[in-house]
Amino acid sequence: MNPIVSAASVVASGLAVGLAAIGPGIGQGTAAAQAVEGIARQPEAEGRIRGTLLLSLAFMESLTIYGLVVSLALLFANPFTS
Amino acid sequence: MYQNSFNILQAFYSLSAVEVGKHLYWNIAGFQLHGQVFIVTWIVLAALLVFTIAGTSNLKQTPQGLQNFMEYAYEFLQDIAKNQIGEHDYRPWVPYISTVFLFIFTCNWAGALIPWKLIELPEGELAAPTNDINVTVALALLTSLSYFYAGLSKKGLGYFNRYVNPTPILLPINILEDFTKPLSLSFRLFGNILADELVVSVFALLVPILIPLPVMTLGLFASSVQALIFSTLSAAYIGEALEDHH
Repeated sequence: MNPIVSAASVVASGLAVGLAAIGPGIGQGTAAAQAVEGIARQPEAEGRIRGTLLLSLAFMESLTIYGLVVSLALLFANPFTS
Repeated sequence: MYQNSFNILQAFYSLSAVEVGKHLYWNIAGFQLHGQVFIVTWIVLAALLVFTIAGTSNLKQTPQGLQNFMEYAYEFLQDIAKNQIGEHDYRPWVPYISTVFLFIFTCNWAGALIPWKLIELPEGELAAPTNDINVTVALALLTSLSYFYAGLSKKGLGYFNRYVNPTPILLPINILEDFTKPLSLSFRLFGNILADELVVSVFALLVPILIPLPVMTLGLFASSVQALIFSTLSAAYIGEALEDHH
C-alpha cells in the first residue's frame, strides 16, 4: 500500500466527518432552541413538538452520517489501494 | 499499516474487536453471499413470525396481553401510513410500511441486544443485518419500486406528468430525485447502524466494562428512530406519488 495514499485517506476521513458535522450541528441547535421556545410558549403541545423535533433531528443527523459513510469507505474499503 | 495495529489489538480484545468489511462468504450458484447477514435475518424473521403467530392465535373480544400489544403496534404502524399517504388510499400500503418498519426495527434491536460476539464465526461476525449496505440498498430499492408502482397503477402514464408539472425546467432535478431518494434512504440507515456498532465497539475496546452502556442505550434509541424514519419516508414517497394535482 502506498504510504502517501494511506496517509491522505486517514486525513481525508477525519476531515469528512469533522466538516460534515458542522452544518447539522448548527441546524440541530437551531431546531432544539425553537422547540424549547415552542414548548415554553405552549406547554400543552410538548408531546407533538418532541416527536417532530426527534424526527427532524434524525434527518439532520443523517447529513453527518453521509460524511461518516465516506470516511468509513476511505478507512475500510479504500478504492485507491489495490 | 494502521490495519496491522488493528489486527494486533484484535488479538488482545477478541470479544470487543472492530470488524468492518469482513464477511462470512457463501458461494452459491456463482454468487458470493454474505452469510452472517442471512443467518441473523433468518433469526429476525423467525422471531417476528413467532411473535405474530403467538399474538394472533388465540384472539379474544377484549384483547389481553400479547394480543393487546399487537393491536397497539398495528395501530401505530397504521398511523404512520395514514399520516403520510392520507385517509383515502393508505390502506393497501399498510402491509408494506409495517413490514419495512418491523423488519428494520427488529434487525437493529437484534444486532444491539443479542450478544452475537459470543458466537465465533470463521470470518466476519454476526451483527445487525442492516449494517450491510446490500440489505439497506435492497430495502431502499423496494421503496422506489413501490412508489413507482403506486403512481403508475393509480394514474397510468399520467404519473409522469409530475416531472414537468409546475414547469419543465425542473425536469432534470425531478429525474435526479428518483436516484437520490434510494441513495439517501439506504445510506442513512446503513451509516447510522454501522456508526452505532462502531462507536460501541470502540468504547468496548477502550473500557470493556460499564462505560459503553449509555452509548448502547443511545444506540437502541437511535436505531428505533431510524426504523421510524425509513418507514415514514417510504410512506411519504408513496403518498407523494399517489397525490392528485388539481
